[in-house]
Order: sequence, then structure tokens, then C-alpha cells
Amino acid sequence: MKRNVIILAVMSVCVALVVTGCQKKDTSAIKIGVAGAHSGDLASYGLPSVNAAKLVAEAINAKGGINGRKIELVIEDDQCKPELATNAASKLVSRNVVAVIGHICSGATKSALGIYKDSKIVTISPSATNPPLTQSGEYPNFFRTIAPDDAQAKLAATFLAQTLKLKTIAVLHDKGDYGKGFAELVKQFAEEQGVTVALFEGVNPGAPDYSAVVNKIGNAKVDGVVWGGYHPEASKLVQQMKDKGMNIPFISDDGVKDNTFIEVAGKYAEGVYATGPMDTSSNPLAIMAVEDHKKKFGEEPGAFFLNAYAATLAVTNAIAKAGSTDYDKVTAALRSEYVDTPLGKISFDQKGDVVGFGFSVFQVQNGKYVELK
Amino acid sequence: MKGLLKDHGMDYFLKLFLSGTAKGSIYALIALGYTMVYGIIQLINFAHGEVYMIGGFTALIFGGFFYTMGMPVWMVLLLSVILAVLFSAAFGFTIERIAYRPLRNKPRLSALISAIGISMILQNFVLLAQTEKYLSYPSYLPEFAFLQPFRQYINSTQFIILIVTAAIMVFLTALIKFTRIGKAMRATAQDKDMAQLVGVNINQVISITFIIGSALAAIGGVLICSYMGQINYYIGFVAGIKAFVAAVLGGIGSIPGAVLGSFILGWTESLGTGYISSDYEDAFAFIILILILVLKPDGILGKNQKQKV
Repeated sequence: MKRNVIILAVMSVCVALVVTGCQKKDTSAIKIGVAGAHSGDLASYGLPSVNAAKLVAEAINAKGGINGRKIELVIEDDQCKPELATNAASKLVSRNVVAVIGHICSGATKSALGIYKDSKIVTISPSATNPPLTQSGEYPNFFRTIAPDDAQAKLAATFLAQTLKLKTIAVLHDKGDYGKGFAELVKQFAEEQGVTVALFEGVNPGAPDYSAVVNKIGNAKVDGVVWGGYHPEASKLVQQMKDKGMNIPFISDDGVKDNTFIEVAGKYAEGVYATGPMDTSSNPLAIMAVEDHKKKFGEEPGAFFLNAYAATLAVTNAIAKAGSTDYDKVTAALRSEYVDTPLGKISFDQKGDVVGFGFSVFQVQNGKYVELK
Repeated sequence: MKGLLKDHGMDYFLKLFLSGTAKGSIYALIALGYTMVYGIIQLINFAHGEVYMIGGFTALIFGGFFYTMGMPVWMVLLLSVILAVLFSAAFGFTIERIAYRPLRNKPRLSALISAIGISMILQNFVLLAQTEKYLSYPSYLPEFAFLQPFRQYINSTQFIILIVTAAIMVFLTALIKFTRIGKAMRATAQDKDMAQLVGVNINQVISITFIIGSALAAIGGVLICSYMGQINYYIGFVAGIKAFVAAVLGGIGSIPGAVLGSFILGWTESLGTGYISSDYEDAFAFIILILILVLKPDGILGKNQKQKV
């Protein structure tokens, strides 16, 4: 009995200490996880994010941290494998991170998200583009600083229906995952906006001649052609179309928004529309981030570096604005606050998709791709 | 078929037919080389597509050089074609010496594997020595004013390809039928040992066959690349497979057969694309191939060769 009293006394002292500790200003580090492929064959997609997070954390810590609390990064490798991603997620949860930058691959991200959701941890991916991750509404803790896969097709469809006011279109693709995926989504979104898709066909990539399918386009009497695929076929198609005197708009995707297309198609490229990620090359923050990377790591940054940089900035900004690491306050701040990043001034919508950065429509004008605002 | 014609009209059919003709003559330019080599030594020369690609590249490089020197366009075209022909012929000659001649009396499969190997080596050689990128291919071919009203149907380059294919077919047929070397080729094709016994220098005959076939491939390379407006180290493989199908279809070993097979393939693909769907372009091509091989195992114009068992 006596012993119990002593234990109780000791415990109450401990509790009192902890409570007074809390009342003082919290100066413990804010732990932010960085997860993704850091080894294995997809490491080149994941390592640039680690560098980006390190640069942002260093910059913030050099200024005294967020509300006096330093940032500590906890880095976990998932090799882009879903089964390793759940391990990485559990480890990060046990280390009490308040937010995670990652994961990199959509599959790995999906398998880790459930764990973060249960532990109420904000997750921002710089690169997971699988549309349902946000659109299903299943993961309110998930945000991303990259446009989902279908954003491009949605933009192309809206552009051709509302800006170009096309009524009937032909949609062609190269039968590949990327091209056909884009073409099918454009068809779906265009039809939703009342555009008739008179022709939907795949052609053989690499074939020397597309005159038959070009004749078919002519016969279908369409106002425009959408191409899902890459530039070698696109340049043959525009060349053979213009050769036959068909001067209708040609709209394509990021696979064509490449300077090689203009080099190869030459004068035939003029006027072609293509969607692609917004141009960030003139953004001063992007230029600075790249310079910092070169200074610290001695090389040009890799894939998704700017997206990860923006993601880290967004989450640290949200914590600063929220004034705490409380999950509800941080997610609310992410959705309401705009923050200057290398991708531009961004925020997030209710579903977690980035606002202020994504795809733009470009047009070849005088031998150059020009972003249409 | 009648319903389809009614729906789209005769004009559409004509456009597709001419598009198929143009496509067929593209295949024929390459198929002729396949069929010549096969006719003589029963070898499927898989490297033929690569020789065609190298011809295209050679003309691109020299053409660009001459053009920047300020030569007139017709001279650029002439000189670059001549150099492409010389280069490709040298490649064809060397390939035969290095990769096929040492295997001539070995099982036929050995030479076939050697051919596939050469094809890969040449692709990767161009990939490394030139570029993996697609390059723009300037056309130095003339634009005919008289074809301008018909440009919906056929353009100048397609027209030139068609004429050149026809000319080459006539030239080859005449060469094989009426000249001394042609006679030697036929003798070698029939029986190498016997030809040798009666004094035909079969090594020389086979070398000449490779040189002619490769020279033709170079001309095809220049014309087809000018038509496509682009070149890449991989174009030989894609075109080579189709041309090979065309050669088998027409009866491999037969010169007019290769041209006929190419046209049939071109028409099938164009009409199939036009009236049904381009998704199944390859399927149409291979259905036709299977049908013809079932009905006539040696191809349309192929000679029925009895094999001793």
C-alpha cells in the first residue's frame, strides 16, 4: 500500500512535469517523412524528391524553422513496390511524422495511403498521377503537386469544344498505353461536351504511309483531328493531311509537345496544338531551386524535383499558417492557402488536386511552341 | 461491298486505291531486294531493311553537305543518291562476304541467324554512330505542277516512287532474262554446284546480286524517307517486315511476284483501313497472306519447287 502511494506520488510529479513541459513553447523538431523509390530501377524518380525536401528543410531551418521548431526529415525507401510502401508507411507512422512527401509511384502511394489515413497524416505526392487517388474521395489526407493523368485529356477536350468550337472530330491513336489512353479520355470528355466523334481509330506506329487513314479523315468530314501518341507519327499525319489540302486543327498531347516534332515536321508543324505541362522555366523560384540543387549536389536536378520542392513548401507553409501540426488545421490550410512555389502560386482543391499548376495548351507559331493563355 | 461503295462513292474508293498503290510501291522497292537474294541463295536477308535505312541516312548526310555548299537541288539529289547507292552496295557486298559466304554450305538456319544478327548490329551501329532521335528528312524531289489538281489522290513523291518501282521491275526482269550475268544468276539459282561445273563464277554472281539488291534498297531509302519526311535507325525493321510479307505473298524469288505481292498488300491495307478500320491493318495483311499461302503455298507467282525428302 505504501509502495503504491510512492508510485502514485512519483507518477503525479512526472505528469506535472510533462504538463508544464507542454505549457512551455514546443521546440521539438517537426518530423516530415520523405518516401519513395530511393533504390532499385526507379530510384531516379524518387531521389530528386529527397534532394528537394532537403533543400527546403535546410532553407527553413536556416531561418529558424517554423514557429521556432526545426524540421527533421525522415527518409524511407519503398522502391516503388506496394508491399515495401506499406512497411515504409508503418515506419514513418511509428516515428511520429506529421506529414509525408511521397510516395512516388501511384501503386506504392495507394497501398501506403490507407495507413497514413488511419493515423491522420497529411500525404503530398510529387508524382503519383493515377486519377482515382484524389477523385475517388477515399483519401482526404492525400494531396499532389502534379496533375492527374486525365487532366491533359480533359483540357484538350474542353479546348477543342469551347475555344475552337469544333462540332465533329476524328480521334486517332498509336495503340500504345499512353496514346490510346489519352485518345479514349478525349473521346469521352469531348462527347460529354456535345462533340461528335466521327472516327476513332488506332494506326500502326512506324508505318511509312498514313494516306489511307488521312483519306478516311477527309471522307468523314470532320472539323478537327485529335492524335494520341508521339511525334514521329504526328508529323507524318500532319504532313500527309496538309499535302491533301486539309487545313483543319490538329490537337495532340505531351508526346507531341516536343521540339523534335517541330524540327521533323518543319513547315507542316505550324498551327498544331498540343497540351503539355505548364512552362515553369521562367519562374524565379524554379530557377533558384535548380541553382541551389546544382550548388549543393553538383548536378542538374532529376524528375519531379520541382514538384517535390513545391510539395514540401506547401506542407511547411500550411503548418506555419495553421500554427500547429494538427491534422485538421493543416489540411484546411492546404486547401485554403496559396503558396508561391517553383510551379507557380498553388493551392489544392477539395479532392487534393493541385490548383494553379497543370497542363496548358500550346500552339506551334513561327516554329516554336507558344503557351496559349 | 456494293453497299460500302454506295455509301462513300467511287471517288473515295479511287483515293483509297491510289493510296494503296503508293503504299504498295513503297513495299515493292524493298521487297525486290529480298526476293532477288532469296531467288539466288534461298536466304532471307533480314539485314536488307537496314541497308535501306543506311541508304537513306547516307543521302541525308551527303545531301545536307552538298546543299549547304550551294549546289542546285537536282545536283544535290543526283549526287546524294549516287553516294547512297555506292555506300549501300558496299554494305551489301561486305555483309555477304563476312556474314553469309562462310556459312554457305552450313545448314540454312545458320545463315538466317547470321542475317538477324547483322540486322541488329547495323541498327545499333546507326543508333550509336548517328542518333536515336527522329531526324527531319528534306525532300529534294521535284514537285510536278501537273499533279497539283490531283493532290487529293496522289502527290508528286508518291508518283515518283510508283514510276521508279515500275522502272526497276522492268530493269531487273530484263537483266535476268536477257543479259549474260542474268543467265549466270538463273544458273546459280537453279543449281549452284552445276553452275560452278560449267564455269560460272558463283561467288561473283552472288556478290553482284547483293550489290544490285542493296543499290536498289538505297534508292528506296532515299525515296521513302523523302516521302515520310523523317528518318530513324529503326525504320528499316518496320518496313522490312512488311516488304518481306509482300515478297512471300507474291512468291519469294520472283521479281514480278514481289511487286504484285506488294501492291496486293498495299491495297488490302488501304481498303481495309478505309472501309473497316485501321486498327486491324496488320490483321488484314496477314489474313491475306495466310489465305494465299493456303491456296498457293509458293505465293502467287512463285514456282512450285518439289523438295526431295
